[in-house]
Amino acid sequence: MKNKEPLILVVVVAFTLLTYWLVEPYAHSVMHKHVESQNFAYADLAPVTKTGDAANGKALVMGAGACTGCHSITKDGVAAGMDAVTAAQSYGVNPPDLSNAGVVYDAKFLADLIKNPAHALKVEHKFDAAKGQMHPMVPFFGAGGDMEQEVADMVAYLQSIAVKADELTPRMAFEEACGRCHSMKYENWTQLGTKPEFKFEKESLAYDIKVLEYQEALTKYMGKLPPDLSMYIRSRNEHFLSTFIEDPQAHLAGTAMPRTGVTADAAHKVIEHMADAGDTKRHERESVGKMVMIYIIIFAIFALLWKKQVWRDLH
Amino acid sequence: MHNSSRRGFMGKAFGAVAGVGAVGSLIAMKKTWDPLPSVKAAGFTTLDMTIYPEGELITEKWRGKPIFVLKKTAAMIAKQTESQKARDVVVGDSHFMLAIGLCTHLGCIPSYNAAEESFLCACHGGMFNWAGEVTKVPPPRAFDIPPFKIEGTKLVLGEVGPEYKAMKDSGITL
Amino acid sequence: MAHFTKATSVKDWLNQRLAVEKVEKVMASEYWIPKNINFLWAMGMVLAITFALLLVSGIFLLMYYQPDVKDAFYSVNYTIMRDVDYGWLWRHVHGVAASVVFLIIYIHMFTGIYYGSYKKGREMIWISGMLLFVTFSAEAFSGYMLPWGQMSYWAGMVITNIFSLGGLHLDGLVEWIRGDYVPAQAFLTRFFMLHVLLLPLAIMGLIGLHFAALRIPHVNNQDGEEIDFDAESKKYLAGDKAGSKVMRFANDFMSKDLMVVGIYLIFFFYLVFFNYGFALDPVNFDPADGLKTPAHIYPEWYFLWSYEILRPFSVNIGLIAFGFAQVIFMLLPWLDRSPNAIPASRRGAFSIWFWLLLIDMIVLTAMGKLPPEGIFSTIGLVAALAFIVLWIALPFITMNEKKV
Repeated sequence: MKNKEPLILVVVVAFTLLTYWLVEPYAHSVMHKHVESQNFAYADLAPVTKTGDAANGKALVMGAGACTGCHSITKDGVAAGMDAVTAAQSYGVNPPDLSNAGVVYDAKFLADLIKNPAHALKVEHKFDAAKGQMHPMVPFFGAGGDMEQEVADMVAYLQSIAVKADELTPRMAFEEACGRCHSMKYENWTQLGTKPEFKFEKESLAYDIKVLEYQEALTKYMGKLPPDLSMYIRSRNEHFLSTFIEDPQAHLAGTAMPRTGVTADAAHKVIEHMADAGDTKRHERESVGKMVMIYIIIFAIFALLWKKQVWRDLH
Repeated sequence: MHNSSRRGFMGKAFGAVAGVGAVGSLIAMKKTWDPLPSVKAAGFTTLDMTIYPEGELITEKWRGKPIFVLKKTAAMIAKQTESQKARDVVVGDSHFMLAIGLCTHLGCIPSYNAAEESFLCACHGGMFNWAGEVTKVPPPRAFDIPPFKIEGTKLVLGEVGPEYKAMKDSGITL
Repeated sequence: MAHFTKATSVKDWLNQRLAVEKVEKVMASEYWIPKNINFLWAMGMVLAITFALLLVSGIFLLMYYQPDVKDAFYSVNYTIMRDVDYGWLWRHVHGVAASVVFLIIYIHMFTGIYYGSYKKGREMIWISGMLLFVTFSAEAFSGYMLPWGQMSYWAGMVITNIFSLGGLHLDGLVEWIRGDYVPAQAFLTRFFMLHVLLLPLAIMGLIGLHFAALRIPHVNNQDGEEIDFDAESKKYLAGDKAGSKVMRFANDFMSKDLMVVGIYLIFFFYLVFFNYGFALDPVNFDPADGLKTPAHIYPEWYFLWSYEILRPFSVNIGLIAFGFAQVIFMLLPWLDRSPNAIPASRRGAFSIWFWLLLIDMIVLTAMGKLPPEGIFSTIGLVAALAFIVLWIALPFITMNEKKV
């Protein structure tokens, strides 16, 4: 009696793998277009050629640049002019605090943003200056000197007050770059910040109402409420998220989401935070997985040896 | 079993390996049954001890249970016996009766009569004084005191501070 | 009152009351299995183990899952996946097992078709097996509703819409099934009931029937040889274990079964920990939104062939074709007009039919996943028609088969 088992195994495995390949990798490649990453090079933006002077930059930011008219800089003692909800209702968005902008955002991006916000953010399709649709952030038209030098100075100032790159945690990167528009329920993060513990339900509900009012203003500005990102690490994959953050228009042409202009490091940390939120136990899964694999191989070997012993006198 | 295929050594060895897997699975199952980390983390309540009016029983909540906080009046403080002093919770200049608000008999919540400065448990008639000691059976012992830690003018229920540890060690509370 | 004597041992005590020795002989040590089998014969045990994995992981998920439209997604993706110790493990085991079980079911089913294990006294095994396939399908569908993600909602919407039966417009029936105009709270809780109680009970009953139906005809063998189990078992018991054509279920067959199970579990746990995307589809990690259909909806892979038979035709024809596909496998013992219960390789035209059917179902599966556009929809239509033609042709192919 010829042993047909090896052939049978090959046939079963071949058909299984064929079906798997057709249904998973192949079908998904047909359904989703592939976008190449540019590693956050921002090739379309001009490089910053001048060496910035942080002291002059501070003077500009606080003075002629008029940044602090809308932006707080808590690190350097500038408080927010109004609360987040009122700001959102006035401008559409809550202008971000600039304390860590220097480490989260790419220098080329910051420079371009200061001069032409709608261009840097890639929302010119929504804010077309020619049609009189002005972006809520007023561009900097120069303070009388060499504008390129002034812009470089302002960027240098922002970089000087920000934390160092290795001090930027995944949570900080996310809250800074994404948190004003995107909530993350599973980390207790609302667009107004981490929701505090309230002793009384009335206070908790009052906070929730403020969040809803903010979200209302945000929805009006964006056209649709930016989604909660708690589970996005699993509903979209890392590559998609990275290329999306780099250039939302590449995946969703016409979207209202601005290009965030984050550095590669900040983007990597944002995704890390999303993984902490939506795939929290991944490290445990890997380590337990390794141990279970080792165990199950030992189990199969012992099963094989027992079978051989039982069958010794059956053949 | 008259099974002529010898189970022998390999069978027992395989059984043992399978047993290891079963034990591992049982451990994971037991851990799944454990109280959730979010439940355990919620097991701490911070009280601001400056807000309580004298002589009025306020009921807080900790781990789903009622917590009696009674700020003692000057008269109460003056007439404290030794045993009552041992149960006294002092935060700054204020003295409190702090207790888990459950009758030590079978767990109903006794009600406080401010005029008589005593607790009456409606379930079986047990009574406690303003210091939490039993004045009428059937409760077997004084009110239990929750673990607490004093931090300035705040008191954290669920954490163990030196004062609580002393009370526990001397058998004032379980 | 039956006669009982003073027991001489614990075994004797149990024997007098429960006949444990007789039961053990019938079910295990004197349940004779042909030796001439291959590893495909172990798929039954593999299915039993996988079902056990589903039951156990399901029990622990059930401790924390909340069948409420507001809480369901959170209870799965936050509480179970983040908060509960090893909750992620039970979820991954449950999701992967629910998908892999169908791979094994299809291998098991096609093994039966190939070796003719549905005829000559084995018809009830085949029927109970097909009923198990239907109940497992319902169990899988109902389970998929529970996380209440986008795919849960829209699969629920689409599959219940089938019951309007196209041109018959039975919208009232569809609403009755859902308990509401759309999949909502009533829909979720009743499918929770089905998934956790009613269907598992039905499955366990059908497994009992399936085993019972197998006991008398005995397990088939690689050559379809009709074995005299009495004579061969006598040889075995007389000491000629090597010469006998049969072996005991326990421990002979079981030891090989467990070896196959061991190898299967290596593959299974690898998927659980390292490659689970095929079972835990990304689209279902978006919370359900009744006002937004995902760009790509598709059922789980094991339903794709069936889904693809529905798709290429106009609604009424599609429903008829779909209904045909669900029922036709059940009729196999009677559509196959040949009395030969031998492997397909020795059955001429039937062998060609078998491989064509298998390849056709794989093509249908692939097309069911791909967007129904261009070349894909053409191939899908051809494959759907081929499926219908193959089954209609079966009686004609087999009625002229030479009797062996």
